[in-house]
Order: sequence, then structure tokens, then C-alpha cells
Amino acid sequence: MKTLVWVEHDNKSVKDATLATVTAAAKLGEVHLLVAGAGCAAVADEAAKIAGVGKVHLADAAALEHALAENVAPLIVTLMDNHDAILFPATTTGKNIAPRVAALLDVMQISDILSVESADTFTRPIYAGNAIATVQTSDKKLVITVRGTAFDKAATSGGSGTVEPVSGSGDAGLSTFAGAEIAESTRPELTAAKVIVSGGRALQNSENFHAIIEPLADKLGAAVGASRAAVDAGYVPNDYQVGQTGKIVAPEVYIAVGISGAIQHLAGMKDSKTIIAINKDEDAPIFQVADIGLVGDLFKIVPELTEKL
Amino acid sequence: MKVLVPVKRVLDYNVKPRVKADGTGVDLANVKMSMNPFDEIAIEEAVRLKEKGAATEVVVVTIGVPKAETDVLLTARAMGADRAILIATEDEVEPLAVAKLLQKVAEEEQPGLVILGKQAIDDDSNQTGQMLAALLGWSQGTFASKVELGGNGVKVTREVDGGLETVDLKLPAIVTTDLRLNEPRYATLPNIMKAKSKPVAKKTIADYGIDVAPRLKTLKVVEPGKRQAGIKVGSVDELVEKLKGLGVAK
Ligand SMILES: Cc1cc2nc3c(=O)[nH]c(=O)nc-3n(C[C@H](O)[C@H](O)[C@H](O)COP(=O)(O)OP(=O)(O)OC[C@H]3O[C@@H](n4cnc5c(N)ncnc54)[C@H](O)[C@@H]3O)c2cc1C
Ligand SMILES: Nc1ncnc2c1ncn2[C@@H]1O[C@H](COP(=O)(O)O)[C@@H](O)[C@H]1O
Repeated sequence: MKTLVWVEHDNKSVKDATLATVTAAAKLGEVHLLVAGAGCAAVADEAAKIAGVGKVHLADAAALEHALAENVAPLIVTLMDNHDAILFPATTTGKNIAPRVAALLDVMQISDILSVESADTFTRPIYAGNAIATVQTSDKKLVITVRGTAFDKAATSGGSGTVEPVSGSGDAGLSTFAGAEIAESTRPELTAAKVIVSGGRALQNSENFHAIIEPLADKLGAAVGASRAAVDAGYVPNDYQVGQTGKIVAPEVYIAVGISGAIQHLAGMKDSKTIIAINKDEDAPIFQVADIGLVGDLFKIVPELTEKL
Repeated sequence: MKVLVPVKRVLDYNVKPRVKADGTGVDLANVKMSMNPFDEIAIEEAVRLKEKGAATEVVVVTIGVPKAETDVLLTARAMGADRAILIATEDEVEPLAVAKLLQKVAEEEQPGLVILGKQAIDDDSNQTGQMLAALLGWSQGTFASKVELGGNGVKVTREVDGGLETVDLKLPAIVTTDLRLNEPRYATLPNIMKAKSKPVAKKTIADYGIDVAPRLKTLKVVEPGKRQAGIKVGSVDELVEKLKGLGVAK
């Protein structure tokens, strides 16, 4: 089978989410990549070095700069004449584009796969990960999004892919990019971090969140996450949200501070290797999944912990 | 401008899903069913557009069991939708087939905007809106946290992995809702009573001539591996020792 992988990037470098997707694609067959963007030749060169990669299709055009689904999907449909499957990381970019491609190809997308059982059979979470379905497709072409935490990352070196330019289908004239507010952070990215400290509603306000959670994260070199309640209340930006409808993470250590453990939150972090919970309610559901729990007031515990580390 | 809002009837988000012992799916017998939470947000947004005078009519549509007429479609009308379309079926319909049916509905109704949820919390597919946009050849603004109509277009602020992104879309357009777009109102009892007189058009899949045969076959559904509850430590000092043991603290 010939697979195509959507390379997630910012026109400068390959994003980590691509690497797990390459691993999933390799289980299906030959791996080709698509780098679509503007002024992104360096990304293609970097992508060609990913272990196991064959061809890298480079579509470099102004209309592709911001990965607008309306402009990218027709390009992918053309490339699918010569490929059997297209795989996207299950990022917001992947989730935005993949179904548009699937509908144009008249195939049913398989979202968020956890494993490749065979060339037509996959497992995927449903009901916020409270059930795992094994699904078999009868479609001729496969359109798949891949859950990053479920596959190892392909090595970023050792590959010797060849870069081949392809032309895009131009601007569909349906949408334009108007701007972005992307937070710059010196912390590790949530989905790539080894340690995550997450805060919940219990933090009460933005000042507390920053004053309590961040120093602990700094001590541990950790990324910072949050529950939906903390995001909705404006303590932190939306991209901090961990859960069914936010980011899916699986770090070595996940520290949940003042988070109750609703199923929608657990859906995003319960595959973490070690879960530590700090909560004043000893019956909080988070303790049912925590490896290590400490019952008490976070306003006392966390500063003391930060101090002692 | 008319706004079309597709809504799905799903297991209530407060209910813990139970996997059936025979591995065929999740048990939906005698459990609370509700409108997909993202679809409530979609209705709220549509109703607010109407209240602001930007929309003239809000039409909701569901593909699902006939009972939806008296629960989710009633809630939808009580929240402010003007009328409803029920496309009745006892079978599960996949996002691709849902999108094809919605395409037909959109062609009939000619809405300026279709607002869907970003994902149904049962299948967690996150596909239908994007697929509908593809089939209609329309623009798409997914995971919206802000929707501003103006001139010939709509400006949509999207929740993306790195933060927020804004796109300008040509109308007609597809929007899918994220959690922070708005806080949906409750369907109050008086409004539920009044909603009963708002019309529901009853259709079947056959009325649309769409092949909805599933492309995916579910071979089995199992519970995920369970985590064992661990230990509780009694003090911060003990926790520090544990963190050292894990190699994340020195
Ligand atoms: C469609 C939908 C999607 C959703 N998606 C997500 C998602 O992706 N991610 C997500 O997180 N949620 C999601 N939710 C929301 C979820 O259901 C919960 O409401 C949310 O996770 C609760 O956040 P929380 O644990 O911070 O708040 P709460 O449930 O209010 O918990 C606060 C906790 O802090 C503890 N506490 C309070 N004070 C202290 C103190 N001083 N010291 C120590 N502990 C203290 C309390 O005992 C309590 O356990 C979703 C909901 C819906 C309907
Ligand atoms: N059976 C259905 N009837 C009406 N709308 C639906 C149906 N299934 C999905 N949708 C819409 O599509 C959105 C995304 O669903 P999904 O792609 O299944 O995650 C939902 O939030 C609804 O707005």
C-alpha cells in the first residue's frame, strides 16, 4: 500500500505530531509525505530525513501558507490518484482538513486511530475513550487521523527521501486567513512534554493559577495544562485544555492539581504513565486513576512542594 | 438569512458509558439521552443571530430515532429554533451519510449559514461539518469560539492547537462550534410548552434518495484497559521522594 502523510509544520520546521503519524503509516506500507505551505522548502528537506520516508511531495504556494482546508483538500485529492491512504495527525489542522478530503473522495474517515490491526482494520476510541471500537473499512481509499500518543515517534534522522515539487490547485476563493494569536512559550509543548502540571477550577483565578502552577512547572521543566473549567473561567488560554475535546496527552508524569477528574478530562490524560493528584476531596474521581494521591489544600501543598524540590 | 442547525441525540454527557458484555457497542437501553452539547452551542449561536436581526429563521434538523421529536427537537425549538426537520431512522448513520443527507436539506432550505457541533460526544468523529462543506463546495470555519457576520461574509475565530486563528469566509458557509463560543440558554418549561406548537417536518431517509449503507463495520467494542487506583501519600515530603523515584526531581 502507498500511503501519504500530511506533514504538520509552521512553514519553518516539522512539528512533532508528524512523527507518530509516520509510524502509523509505515504499518500500512510505503510512506510518502506531503509538505504543503508557502516558502516551506526547508520543511521538506527536514521531512526527507525522517526514518523510513520515500518521496516528499512539496507543494509550495501562497494559497497553501495557512493550510486552509478549502485550498489544501483539492491538492490532496489529486495526489490520491497515486496513493491508497492519507494519514493526518489528529491535530486541529489534521481534523480540519481530513474530513473535507474524505468527502471529496467519497470515503468514510477513520478518526483518531489507536492501532493498525491490518490494512483495513483499526482501533479507535469512542465515548471519550470509555470504549474502544475495532472498525473495518470497505472503502477503496483510506483517510485516517492518528492519535499521537498511541504510536511511537519515527526517528527524525536516517531517512533519505527525495523531494519532488507538485503544484497546488490555487486559491479556491472561499476563505482567507485573517490572523492568529499563537502564544509563544519557552515551556515544552503540551503534547510533547515528559511532565505536565495541570490546574483546575480550584485555582480560583488567573493570578493564583500563574502563582501556584507555574513555579512548580518551572522546577520540573514541565508543560502546563488545564481543565475545561479553568479555561472557560479564563485562568489560561484555550490551547491549555486537556481532555476529550481538548488535547490528548500521555506524558511520563501528569500532575493534576485541583481537578476533580470528570470523564471528559480523564479522556485526555489517562494514558499518562504516572498520574499524581492533589485534591482536598479524598473522594474526588481523579484518585480512582491516580498512581499517587495527596489529599489536602493545594494552596498549602503546592508552594511547599515547589519549595522542597 | 436562514440558519440551519443539525443536531444529534446522544448519550447524556453526565452518564458513564457502559460497554455491552457481548462487545457489540455501548449500552443505550434505559439511559438518559440528550442533545449533543456542542449542538446546544450551535443553536444558541443561531438564535442569537436571529435576536440580533442578522438571521431571519433558525431551522434544526436531526437524523435519528423518531423519539427525537419529543426530546432533542423539542429542546431545540424551546431554545428558539423556529421549526424542525426529523429524518427518522432506527439505524446509526455515519458522518459521511449524514453529510450527504444534510447536503440535500441545505439544497432545499438554502441557508446562508449552517452551524454544527465540532464533534458528537458518542462517536467522537469530528467530521460531519467539514464533509458537508466539501459536498456543498462551501467555506468552513471549524472549532469556532467567535462568529461575526458582516457584509458578504463571516469572520470566524477558531480554537487551534497553538491558540486562536481567524479566517474570513465567503457566504454561504459552514461553522462548527467549540466550547467557548457561547453559553447555551436553558429550555425553560414555559418555552417547552410553547415549542410544542412549532412545526416538525417528518421525513425518512428514502425521501432523499441517499445511499446510507455504512462503510465502516464495527467488529467489536471493548472497555479500555483499566487503571488501578494507586496509593495515597501522607505528606509533601513523601511526594517529593516519589518524584525523585520517578526521576523527575533531583
Ligand atoms: C461536551 C463537553 C466536553 C468537555 N470537554 C472537556 C475537556 O476536554 N477537558 C476537561 O477538562 N473538561 C471537559 N469538560 C468539562 C468536564 O465535564 C468538567 O466540568 C471539568 O473537567 C471540571 O473541571 P475541574 O476538575 O477543574 O473543576 P471541578 O469539577 O469543579 O473540580 C475542582 C476540584 O478541585 C478540588 N478543590 C477545590 N478547592 C481545592 C483546594 N483548595 N485544594 C485542593 N483541591 C481543591 C475539588 O475537590 C474538586 O475536585 C467537557 C464537558 C462537556 C459537556
Ligand atoms: N445524526 C445526525 N443528525 C444531525 N446532525 C448530526 C448527526 N450526526 C452528526 N451531526 C452534526 O455533526 C456534528 C459533528 O458530528 P460528528 O462528525 O459525528 O462528530 C454534530 O455536532 C452535529 O451538529
